[in-house]
Amino acid sequence: MKNNRFARLALIPYALWIVIFVVAPLVLIAYNSFLDIEGHFTFANYGKLLSPVYMKMMFNSFFYSLIVTAVSLLVGYPVAYFISRTKHKGLWLILLILPSWINLLLKTYAFLGILGTAGPINAFLEVIGVGGQQLLFNDFSFVLVSTYIFIPFMILPVYNAIEKINPSLIYASRDLGASNWKTFQRVIFPLTTDGIMSGFQLVFIPTLSLFMITRLIAGNRVITLGTAIEQHFLVTQDWGMGAAIAVVLILVMAIVMFATRKIIK
Amino acid sequence: MKSLVRAFIAIVTISIALLFGISYLNAAEGYSGDNTLTIFNWGDYIDPELITQFEEETGIKVIYQTFDSNEAMMTKIEQGGTTFDIAVPSDYTIAKMIDEDLILPIDYSQIEGIENIDERFLDLSFDPDNKYSIPYFWGTVGIVYNPDLLDGKELTSWNDLWDESLRNQIFLADGAREVVGMALNSLGFSLNSTDPAELAAASGKLQSLMPNVKAILGDEIKMLLANEEAAVGLVWSGDAAEIMYENEALTYVIPEEGTNLWSDNLVIPKTAKNIDAAYAFINFMLRPDVAAQNADYVGYSTPNAAAIELMDPEVTEDERFYPPAEITDTLEYYDNIGKANLATYNDIFLEFKMSGQ
Amino acid sequence: MEQTKKWFANGYLILVFVILYAPILFLTAYSFNSGGSMVGFDGFTLEWYQELFSDTRLLIIVLNTLVIALISATIATIVGVAGAVAIHNIEKTKYRSMLLTLNNILVVSPDVIIGASFLILFTMLGISLGFFSVLLSHIAFSIPIVVIMILPKLKEMSPTLVDAAQDLGASQWQVFSKVILPYILPGVFAGFFTALTFSLDDFAVTFFVTGNGFNTLAVEVYSLARQGISLKINALSTIIFAITLALVLGYYFLSTRKKPKTLGGTD
Repeated sequence: MKNNRFARLALIPYALWIVIFVVAPLVLIAYNSFLDIEGHFTFANYGKLLSPVYMKMMFNSFFYSLIVTAVSLLVGYPVAYFISRTKHKGLWLILLILPSWINLLLKTYAFLGILGTAGPINAFLEVIGVGGQQLLFNDFSFVLVSTYIFIPFMILPVYNAIEKINPSLIYASRDLGASNWKTFQRVIFPLTTDGIMSGFQLVFIPTLSLFMITRLIAGNRVITLGTAIEQHFLVTQDWGMGAAIAVVLILVMAIVMFATRKIIK
Repeated sequence: MKSLVRAFIAIVTISIALLFGISYLNAAEGYSGDNTLTIFNWGDYIDPELITQFEEETGIKVIYQTFDSNEAMMTKIEQGGTTFDIAVPSDYTIAKMIDEDLILPIDYSQIEGIENIDERFLDLSFDPDNKYSIPYFWGTVGIVYNPDLLDGKELTSWNDLWDESLRNQIFLADGAREVVGMALNSLGFSLNSTDPAELAAASGKLQSLMPNVKAILGDEIKMLLANEEAAVGLVWSGDAAEIMYENEALTYVIPEEGTNLWSDNLVIPKTAKNIDAAYAFINFMLRPDVAAQNADYVGYSTPNAAAIELMDPEVTEDERFYPPAEITDTLEYYDNIGKANLATYNDIFLEFKMSGQ
Repeated sequence: MEQTKKWFANGYLILVFVILYAPILFLTAYSFNSGGSMVGFDGFTLEWYQELFSDTRLLIIVLNTLVIALISATIATIVGVAGAVAIHNIEKTKYRSMLLTLNNILVVSPDVIIGASFLILFTMLGISLGFFSVLLSHIAFSIPIVVIMILPKLKEMSPTLVDAAQDLGASQWQVFSKVILPYILPGVFAGFFTALTFSLDDFAVTFFVTGNGFNTLAVEVYSLARQGISLKINALSTIIFAITLALVLGYYFLSTRKKPKTLGGTD
């Protein structure tokens, strides 16, 4: 099949798409990042990124994304593992993906109700005597809802990695007298690093670029790179600044992908 | 391969069926005719029955699309690929749109009923002589609060918001001009200030407000305040009216240090296709009976003096929403302060948001 | 011991899935609330469902959303298959990984960047905003996902399979349609459904590139949210959820009855 005409023909529509919808937008973003608000050439946007406010924002954004990724992994790994041990794997997986077909904004509004002062969780806390808590507009609500949104993207690749493990390896480990925990620690977990790394990519980067729920759920108490970009493009109309942050985000993305690929290999 | 072909055929069939469904529904709704008027307005900013009435009276079919910020609306019109016949920008955006040549001058020989508009709302700084815009709704920025949640405490000024008893009790609308403007007003400065010293003072004062701020929110602020998630909100008066309609425990106050007076206006974008229909619509909205019905539905304050006479006096004599000229004269419209100054406001606002983390 | 572990595993799974479905159940429960808001349940009503079915504009928007999703996912799948085959056939690792990187950029780019840059792009190309611009954008952001879903399948495929077919005198098209395509079929379907999901879910990109009265559901929900969510929207999401659930479960049980072994995973 190598080098055939058919494959070269197939490249045409795809290459066309790459040029128009990937390369051109990238060039436009990069170009815009060197324009100030009046449309003149400048490096000031990048200079501004080094100011304390923006440094703090970027740092916080990475910090929260790491937490969300870690929580997704901690909660999601057992889910993937247990699903791979059930009878109806396909059914569980479908049920896992299904909620993501309901509009995100609607689910977010539902969370506003669920976590609100008059919501079911606070009602429950009152009943058991803990008393009402402020669940919305803080780090907790942000991490909870972000994890909720992205956890399927952690579970699926991990699940795929677990499924690919040759069962004879596990039998071998057991035959050699390893306990279940040892087997997991020494055989299963190392063999799923690929899955974890793709999960990392699929959760970490989108969390960096989240917007909307930073306002709805966290009341702007958490500001991500995505929020800042959205603000600059849609509200302040400082496209240059927005584009500069976008360039940073794209670079981070490239680094993360490069680093995780290194580990996969 | 076979299953793939079958799936493909199924998808194509379903898509065609759906397209037929759409065109059937469009026909039933009457969207398919040639004489259409495309309106670009804020969400929920007109009584839908008035659109039907307009369609029945004129035979013009209305296509209605909404935006959520002046900037988003402007971006779409600048893009050029749209054919909106009517848009509804706010004051300072109108100035920007005039600057950037995005709207058409109004031909007053085709306008009927401009005399219905209260003179207070004509010939303003953002559009002298109303060459480009016709007033639609107006209001103020102020404090909506729930006295029940504050042990009956009364708020009258911006500076009351800094009171320690309001710890973690305030929702702010997510707008740089609104929030920075509040801080400027609370210090006795103009909310259009571009003086670096005044802005620095405002920035410092804002950051000391952070312990009292529970969240900075968009439109969901209405729902959340009505649901009593917090006791106090910085909002537009129109939103306040809606919140108070949902939850009668709340009240609204125009802060005594002064605040922003705003007005949303009808304009005809450069990209308009059906200008005759646009004029027909403007004239329709200027009619006292129509403006009165619209104000009843939307709950914002109408600039149409003739309409006010047709409305419930209990509404139009409520000085919280129809403040008299003595008060409005002391309030300020937002000036178009220019992009560089606006960027400063945005930086102050971002710094304020970050100080909460 | 074995029993407790099983009990723990099932309990854990059920707990996670309850949380996963909690917001949807919450929306559904309040779609029957006569109180009119998502706070406090006043009584049972079907009012919101009646209101929903009499709202022609909203129904048009639902159909628009479906049409965009189906057409864009189909076209994206076709281009994506072509792209995956093409990438797989590039011999130089350097070019292959360059193409892959470009491909992945769009998957991980924030919607806002995609939306904003597409808007600039359409402005430059003079494409008017509406059905066509939305469709183009949805195709564009779906293609890379399809490619990602299919590439692993191609890699897995033993090259000898193709060589054997060629030795037997199959044409290149025959090799593709008779050997490659059947092999990567699960990936093709997975790609199609992911593209469908992304399209149905997309708010930000559509928000940027729509105009002239054309709306999809996500954008409409956003503008409806301005007035405080109407429970009509809850009713709508309940119906959509019920239909998808029925379709998916129906498909699952039909297909498992026929051939119980093949439906293991999604990869």
